[in-house]
Order: sequence, then C-alpha cells, then structure tokens
Amino acid sequence: MSARPPIVAAEGLRKTFEGPDGGEVAALDGLTLQMRPGELTALVGPDGAGKTTLIRMVAGLLRPEAGTLQVLGRDVTADPQGVQDRISYMPQRFGLYDDLSVQENLDLYADLHGVPGEERRERFARMLEMTDLARFTARPAGKLSGGMKQKLGLACTLVRSPELLLLDEPSVGVDPLSRRDLWKIVQQLVDEEQLSVLVSTAYMDEAERCAQVWVLNRGKVLDRGTPEELRARARGLTFLAVPPAGMRARELQARMVDAPREVVDAVPAGGRVRFIRQPGADEAALGTLLAGAELLPREEELEDTFMMLLRQHAAETAGDPAAAPAPAPALDPARGAAPAAAAGPVIEVRDLVRKFGDFTAVASTSFDVMPGEIFGLLGPNGAGKTTTFRMLCGLLPATSGKLDVGGRDLRSARARARAGIGYVSQKFALYGNLSVRENLEFFGGAYGLRGRALKARVAAALEEFELDPGARSGDLPAGYKQRLAMAAGLLHQPGILFLDEPTSGIDPLARRAFWRTITALSAQGVTVIVTTHFMEEAEYCDRIAIQDAGEMLIIGTPREVRAEAGTAGTDMNAAFIGIVEQARARRRDAEAAA
Amino acid sequence: MAGALAYLAQILFLIRKELRDLFKDRSSRALLIAPAIIQSLLFGYGGTFDLTHVPYALLDQSRGSASRELVARLDGTGVFEREATLSSASQIAGQIDAGRVLLAVSIPPDFETLLAAGSEAPVQVILDGRNSATASAAAGYVASVVAAFNAERGNAPAVTIDRRAWFNPNLQSRWNLMPALIAALSMLQTLMLSAMSVAREREQGTFDQLLVTPLTPTQILIGKALPTMAVGILQSTLIFLVILFWFRIPISGSVPLLYLGLASFTLASVGIGLSISAVSLNMQQAMLYTFLLVMPLMLLSGMITPVANMPEILQIATYANPLRFGIDLVRRVYLEGAGLSDIAFDFVPLLCIAAVTLPLAAWLFRNRLS
Repeated sequence: MSARPPIVAAEGLRKTFEGPDGGEVAALDGLTLQMRPGELTALVGPDGAGKTTLIRMVAGLLRPEAGTLQVLGRDVTADPQGVQDRISYMPQRFGLYDDLSVQENLDLYADLHGVPGEERRERFARMLEMTDLARFTARPAGKLSGGMKQKLGLACTLVRSPELLLLDEPSVGVDPLSRRDLWKIVQQLVDEEQLSVLVSTAYMDEAERCAQVWVLNRGKVLDRGTPEELRARARGLTFLAVPPAGMRARELQARMVDAPREVVDAVPAGGRVRFIRQPGADEAALGTLLAGAELLPREEELEDTFMMLLRQHAAETAGDPAAAPAPAPALDPARGAAPAAAAGPVIEVRDLVRKFGDFTAVASTSFDVMPGEIFGLLGPNGAGKTTTFRMLCGLLPATSGKLDVGGRDLRSARARARAGIGYVSQKFALYGNLSVRENLEFFGGAYGLRGRALKARVAAALEEFELDPGARSGDLPAGYKQRLAMAAGLLHQPGILFLDEPTSGIDPLARRAFWRTITALSAQGVTVIVTTHFMEEAEYCDRIAIQDAGEMLIIGTPREVRAEAGTAGTDMNAAFIGIVEQARARRRDAEAAA
Repeated sequence: MAGALAYLAQILFLIRKELRDLFKDRSSRALLIAPAIIQSLLFGYGGTFDLTHVPYALLDQSRGSASRELVARLDGTGVFEREATLSSASQIAGQIDAGRVLLAVSIPPDFETLLAAGSEAPVQVILDGRNSATASAAAGYVASVVAAFNAERGNAPAVTIDRRAWFNPNLQSRWNLMPALIAALSMLQTLMLSAMSVAREREQGTFDQLLVTPLTPTQILIGKALPTMAVGILQSTLIFLVILFWFRIPISGSVPLLYLGLASFTLASVGIGLSISAVSLNMQQAMLYTFLLVMPLMLLSGMITPVANMPEILQIATYANPLRFGIDLVRRVYLEGAGLSDIAFDFVPLLCIAAVTLPLAAWLFRNRLS
C-alpha cells in the first residue's frame, strides 16, 4: 500500500533465556515482522509469546542473538541511543514516582528528555486535557487509581513527540472505562500526529482497533493481517448454541470445552454458548455433544481466529499442556463445610458500610449469595469491590452493617470458622522460595490437615492441576502460579471460594482451563465469589453485581444486566460501561440539582 | 487433647515454612552465617582501644647518655615506634598536623645537666588531641615509662600504685568489647529478620493468605518468633565460638545460664522486630524503622560508653533497651562468672519488653489499617 519503508523491520530475530529447569527457552524464535509508519500495529499473543521481548528489542534494551532489526531506518543493535532518542517506550510497569505529584512526575520526565520550556507548556496542557488529569495535578501519583496511574504513565511517556511509540500491555489490570480512555488518547495521537504505535495486548477488542495485527506464540509469528483479514479465517465456523430449558449455559459450555475434537473453543454469553466448531468435525458427534441445543450462526470475531490459531499451534507442538483438555477437578463431593442442603443463602450482606476517614469506600451495600452460586463482583478500579471482598473474607473490619458468611461473621468468628472458606488473591500469593509441594504442604497444614490426609490431598491436587511438585514456585509461569494458588486454596475442600481477580495476567487458554475448574466446583455445590476485570468472564457467573464509587449499581443475572443497560448492552463490556456511565450521569445531575 | 495437638501441628507447619524460606537457597543461608563470623573477627581485630603501635617523633636536644637511655626505654616498649627524629622544635607542628605521629617527645638541651645537679628535669610531650582517648592512653604510657626511668635512677616517688585488674587481668579492651558482641551483633540480624518477615509477606500478598486460614494471630506470632529466635541464637553461638576459640577469651560463668539470658534477650528483640514489621506497610518501611532504631539501641546499650556516664533521662530510657540488659547479662556471666541470683534483675526489663511487644505485634497483624 504505502511506498514508505517500514518503520520497524525485523528479520529472523532470536533470543533465548534460561528456563527454570536450566534449559533454554526461546523467547523469540526466528521472528520476522514489518511495521508500517503512521498506523497502529498490534502484537497479540498469550503469556510468553515474546511480545515484551520484541518490544524491548525494538527499544534497544535487549540485543538479539541472531537476526537483524531496523528501527526508523537504523540498525538498533549498532546504535541503540540513536534510536532511543526518537522513540518513546512505556513498559508494563511504568516507573512513576508514587510520592511525587502528577505535575512533578510530568516535570521530571520532561527534564529527563530535555523538553524545552515553551514546548513543554503546550505539551503538558494537551496531555492533561487528553488524560483528564488536569484536576489532579497536585495529587501524589501513589494515590491515583490504577487506571489513572496508567494514563499518567502514558502522559509521561509522551512528554515529547516521538516518531514511534511502544506500548507494552498498557491496559493490564485496568477497568473497561479507563481502558477506553487510554485508547481514545492513543487513537487521537495517531489521527492528529500520524504517530506510529506498536502495542502489545491481550485484549482482542483492542487489537480490533489496530491497522495491522500480528499474532505471536512462543516466539513465532502465527499469522498477521488487518483485523478483517484475520477475522475471515474463522468464517463459517462460528455459532451460538442455545441450551435447552433447564440447562445452564456454562454447563453446556463445559461439555463443549471438554470435546476438543469437535469444538475449538466455547464460552458462555448471555445465557447462550458462543463456540467455534472444528473445520473437520464429525456432524453426528457434534449433534450428540449439543444435546438438543439450538444452533444459530453468528458473525466471526477476531477472538475466534485468535483462539483457532492458538489451539492449532498448541496441537502442533506436542507435549504442550495447553493442548490437553482443561483439568476437571475430581474433588471429593463430601464437603463438610458446604451447607448444600440449607435452603437459605450462604452469604448474607446487609447495609454494609466501610469508611476510611471521610472517604466512603463502600456505601450501604446489601446482597445474598445462594449455595452453589457463582457470584461476580465487578466495578472500575477504586469502585469498592476489593474493599467489599476483603470485608467478606474477614480481612478488613466493616464500619457498620451485617456480614454473614456460612452462618458467621468471619471477622469476629473463631479462627476455625475460616476453615470453610478458600481464598485466591490476585497476586497468586505463594512462597516463591519454596517448591510447589512445600507450598501445598504448608497451606494444607495451616488448614489443619496432617499426616496421611495431607499427603493424599497434596497428591490429588498435584495430579488435578498437573503441577510439578519439585519446581520452585517463584520460577513458574503465571498460568502455573495461578494453578498452584488455586490448588492451595482448594486443598481443604472449602464450601465457599473467594477469588480476587484470579485471571489477571494469564493467557486466554489458561483462563478457559481455570473457568472449567470453577464450573466443575460449582456443580459440586461450592459457592464462588469472584472479582474480575474481564467482562466476558462475568458470563460464567450466575449473578453479577456492579459497583461504582462505593454504590451497588445493579445485581442480577448477566442477561438482566445487559437488558438494564439497554441498547448499549450488545456485549458485557458495553453493558458494563453503559451502566457505570448512566449511574455517574445520574449522580452528577443530583449534585447539580442540590 | 486432640485440639491442642492440632494447634501445635499448625504451629509446626508455620515454623517449618519459615525455616525453609530462610535456609532454602544458598545465598540466603550464607547471609545468615558468614556476616556473624566476619563481623566478630573484624571487631576482634579492629575494635580495640589498646595501643600497640604509637608513631612518635623525637626531638633530643640534650644528646647525653641519660636522654639516650630514656629514648631506648621508649623504643623498647614495643608500643612506641619512632617515625621521625627531629632537629628543631619548629618541625614538631608539621609532624603532628599531618597525622604522621601521635605525639612528640622533646628533651631540652639542659636535661643532662639538670639531672646531674639532682634537680628536676622536665621532658615535654606534645600530643595530638584530636583523638582524645588515644592521646590520653599514650600519655599514660609515656608517664609509666618515665616513672620506671626515675625508679631506676633512685628518684622513686614516695607512694607507688600497684594495680591489679580483676576479670580482665591485662585490661585488654577486647575482653570488654567481644562478649558484648554476642548480644549486639545477633540483635542486628534478629531485628532485621523479624522486621522483614511480616512486611515481606504483606508485600507479596501471602500475609492475607495466612490471615484467611484458620491460624490464630497467636499461632502466627509463635510461628514467626521461634524460627527468628533460633537464627538469633545460632548467630550468638557462632560469635561465642569465635571469641572462645579464636580470640581465646576464657568464659568464667555457666554456659546454660548464658543461653538462658540470650533466649530472653532474643525474645525481647524479636518482639520489637515483629512489632516494627506489623506496623510497616512494606519492606522498605520496615528497613527504615529498623535502621532508625538500631543506632540509639547501640549507643544507649553501654557497649562502648558506660550507661552510668549518661544523663539521667537517657539512663531511664535505657530500660526500654533490651541490648543494655543483654550486654550486661552476657558480660557478667562471661567475664565475672555471675550466677543467676547476680543477674536476676536483667531478666525483668527483658521479659517486660517481650510481654508488651509480642502481644502488640499479634494484635497489629489483624488490626493494622490497610
């Protein structure tokens, strides 16, 4: 299309790192890629695909072991400084100084890049306006919400006008609203300044906004093209299955995920199951699998192609655990703590309030969770969902209100009461120095398991979650850390499971496997309370609650929530944004009236 | 009974986890052992007030047999090393200013004549007072050499003092300092380890994970305190062995009593460390608080300067300092051979500090506002 030379040209790039077992892991394995100037180019791929390695190499921070890399027409390996002077790079964890104010952070980065005074004033004004941070210039960066921090990071990266902007997963851990704002800024810069942007992402809706998409996995390019070209690869294979009456969508989805020969991928969506069939699937086998569910064709999406490419690649590379069907937990259904027989709710929350000084983090919140239910707590960063969650687990005292988990308030109940709950935090809190087995033994012991019972439970967990008992847990890839955290949280067979953003930072295949485990647990009567940023995961929940600014905005089934959002509710992401924005508009009106 | 057993089993799991975390990799293992040995060697050789090499300058304007004899005595002590032999008084200032010599001995031209006449013959000693402790010790040495010279010549003074130092016969400052290290050096490590332990777990998120298990704060406290105490006592033992076998300072008291004292001292230190840890939000804070605390604890301990020399208000403050009583206890058992009844009072403040800080830490585990 364009006669202009590529802004980034990589040829046969190779880079290996030492793996946890001492062997070599290829982060980039003969990767070849070209990026055109003046547009958005996306790198998509699961964890360990080589996205970060590639971006760091383009930024001149890593040297390739083999291959050539031209950036802005120069050889990066020969002249990294020459390239670095003309690009801006925002790493995954941008180095903001928490104790400095928003303005001081901007000043600091402008000083570091030697931006002259006149240009600086103009640039700051523009950045503050675009990021909507003008009101917060005096606030220390450490006191900003996750989304605002990320916007400030972007503003600091852009204190000067670069010729090429590198963004490494800018929206990890950022709520949908802030994510949308972030992309608005980037899009604006591309439109107005013809900025060239290379961005890595795990979100397909973000890749959809880019002119070119490169799908990477294990250091190789699986495919590339415009979003339209890539979408076309899945044409004719994408369907919606409407489960027969009496069957939950996630039960049907679980069946389908377990049949990799017929189905590439399946996820629940609004009471139905979105799935991709295998191109050569046996019609009869597929029919049996669907168990009378009605089939509706649906338009293919980028996510479909992405999942197809990943599954194909996983199947080609033998011994890849992602290729095997997800582990379905064979947990003992005889759970002491699970009050499955009780008809009443397992969790009762009435008028729960939490204040930090003048600030109300959670305002008068009430809800119930029934036995065996999967209950999702959703909300933007800083909405109060983590506070609510921590109060439920007994980690934080409530200012007022009633909390009842499994018949007790975990805050004041005797320590034994906590034996009935399991907890997995977003950090996958593990002892990194200890081996997988040692971690499991410790948590089992902490829950009062001993001797033969402990040994049996640890062995079962190792098998269920396909974990290597001798591996040092700190060296595990994110997906396996999460499995270990789950295994540790489930050792004592709790009746109630608390999951705090359990899938942040893990790739889509591992997420599918994770939810397969959760659905199976729920089928056994385990009650699950989960917080998440991935709106498509809300579809696995029986009911979800959306919070913003401490207020409970809505509680209902995913379908009810979409209906409430009205026309905006085509997908969960849009429904979420719609509901939060409606509530914010109402609040503004009320404030204006007062 | 079964309940008590389960309770203890949970604590054992905690202790095992802590010990594994501490000793699992080689580098952290080395960090727990090597510094104690290296530091005690360093203090043993470097931390001494005893004068062994005193550089001095000589200005002998008398050049008689009497002055030669006096100088020979000075040089013969093995302590004084003649760095320069001067020819005029104007050279003295240059030698001392440059720090080449600690003192200058000036013997006047009429030294010989005065002595022969049987009258008083003054010898001038000019000292570098910038280091007052060393200077006065050196002056004392010169005075004793001169006294011996006088005695030989029959000019003996009427009264002589014959000193005998108990507990440290040669009055070596090493004897005073080294046993104190058994408490002081291990406290540094114990404080740091315990201050880091909860803060690190808070930072990596495992502390929340611990709090949602059925473990009680008391169990967590015991599970954190015991392994840290074990490490502290292990370090004390290493230092003890270095002092006993390398520097050959004999122990006069009972070893079990020494360990009983060390156990209560370490308990108090761990209590302080865990309280710091429970207050801190992250490791950086814990590190900062520990550093802020270590200097006053060392200064107000009586390790180097006696507590009795301090203003009264500071003396009162030392009651909150476990190191003061730890050092007192170790020194008295080690050097004096004190028995339990002699040092019983040292246990009171130590156990009081532990009784306040340990429950405080346990309470803070759950109630620190996050």
